[in-house]
Amino acid sequence: MSSAADIVERLKAGERAAVARLISWAENGDPRFGGALGALFERVGRGRRTGITGPPGAGKSTLTNEFTGLSRAAGRTVGILAVDPSSPFSGGALLGDRIRMEERTSDSGVFIRSMASRGSHGGLARAAIDACDVMDAFGFEELLVETVGVGQAEFDVMEAVDTVVVVLCPGAGDGIQAMKAGLLEVADVLVVNKADVAGAERLLTDLEDAVSLRRRAEGAWEPPVVACAAGRGEGVTGVWEAVERHRAWLAVDGHLEARRARLRLAQVRGAVAEGLDGRLWRSGGLDERARALLAAGETPYDVAAELLSAVSAGSVEPEEVSGS
Amino acid sequence: MTERKIRVLVGKPGLDGHDRGAKTVATVLRDHGMEVIYTGLHQTPEMIAEVAAQEDVDVVGLSILSGAHMALFPRVKSELAARGMGEVLLVGGGIIPPEDAEALEAQGYARLFGPGSPTEEIAEWIEARMSERLAGEGGRA
Ligand SMILES: Nc1nc2c(ncn2[C@@H]2O[C@H](COP(=O)(O)OP(=O)(O)OP(=O)(O)O)[C@@H](O)[C@H]2O)c(=O)[nH]1
Ligand SMILES: [Mg+2]
Repeated sequence: MSSAADIVERLKAGERAAVARLISWAENGDPRFGGALGALFERVGRGRRTGITGPPGAGKSTLTNEFTGLSRAAGRTVGILAVDPSSPFSGGALLGDRIRMEERTSDSGVFIRSMASRGSHGGLARAAIDACDVMDAFGFEELLVETVGVGQAEFDVMEAVDTVVVVLCPGAGDGIQAMKAGLLEVADVLVVNKADVAGAERLLTDLEDAVSLRRRAEGAWEPPVVACAAGRGEGVTGVWEAVERHRAWLAVDGHLEARRARLRLAQVRGAVAEGLDGRLWRSGGLDERARALLAAGETPYDVAAELLSAVSAGSVEPEEVSGS
Repeated sequence: MTERKIRVLVGKPGLDGHDRGAKTVATVLRDHGMEVIYTGLHQTPEMIAEVAAQEDVDVVGLSILSGAHMALFPRVKSELAARGMGEVLLVGGGIIPPEDAEALEAQGYARLFGPGSPTEEIAEWIEARMSERLAGEGGRA
């Protein structure tokens, strides 16, 4: 067991295992994480954060690997967070994104971390932001976050980044489905991957139509629609250029600051929600109170109202959190 | 996000291309609630240890068919130690002669499971070792 101070020193000394351990603390909700991040926080904020999301199998990992290649060629180091869903049945997960990035394992300028969504409300976005902060503090210059765009929790991960790249491909649904899934709203860059496959042209025009039909506020960013075949390394530079254009847009008129403020708020909200959750339900005994009131025949909303007023009156005493 | 999960790297080192065994193990461990990072084929000891470090795993499971195990496990172990990951549990599966398996276990390199052993046994062994370890650490690492 190591202390926050130890791990901070190891990270500052350039030890990559310290980056990994801090990310574990973040995802486990370890009470030592807050202190460690605090000690590193002056180093956080330099890395450029790009999210890659989209339906399963669209080519997110392949494109992430291509982005990594372009960044390395430009002399920039890369930290990657690859999020995959946890099994709702067992709570376990099979994390396989790094298979597509295997060539990067021998490059000391690249760090890849897989994270399971663990099906938690709000906690995943907070953990993803934390993980980016840790990689950022270490000094990785390009931070890439891959997550499959399936559920709200996975979606929220995009709070962690400055630029969201949505990857679609022919066969994984049409433009309408992407709109329904909210993928268009979240996109800063829309990518039609697998341009070598039939139906790519059609998807491209569908998406261009959908984008042009959307109402936008004055001066708002209009997401470009770009085609590529990441699996063949074709058109990837064009996608990366679109990302760079979005960054240039972010750099003016306080856009980046607004995104980062939103990100910090999401991080605080996540930490508060999880903290309250743990203290009230696990150590504060609200569970037993609720059970007792329900057993006494009160309705669910009466029980909730009673518990809420007990909390605001301060009569719920959270126990000291162990280990902090 | 407040639960400590067992994280396992399942790798398939060496040059033979059969990874069905490794995939089966990965799936069973996932079904036991573990988070399994799958690295695929053709991994060197350095690459396995580097991935283990980046992923902060508790366990590295290697599937071996090529007969290189006597050299492999000690090398993975020392590469892990060089990265401050000496604590990681090593587990091996595949075709390993019983006397080799005994030697590797006796030297503390790894726990080996022969071709006949049910995959459940591997999962249960990991769970038992990890619960001992986490109890010793007050639930944290
Ligand atoms: N034809 C074609 N196939 C591609 C292309 N890019 C990726 N693929 C293939 O699409 C499949 C999925 O690629 P991934 O990069 O793993 O996709 P992903 O979106 O990361 O998948 P998940 O993380 O599992 O959701 C693989 O078999 C790739 O080889 C492409 O440009 N053209
Ligand atoms: Mg992927």
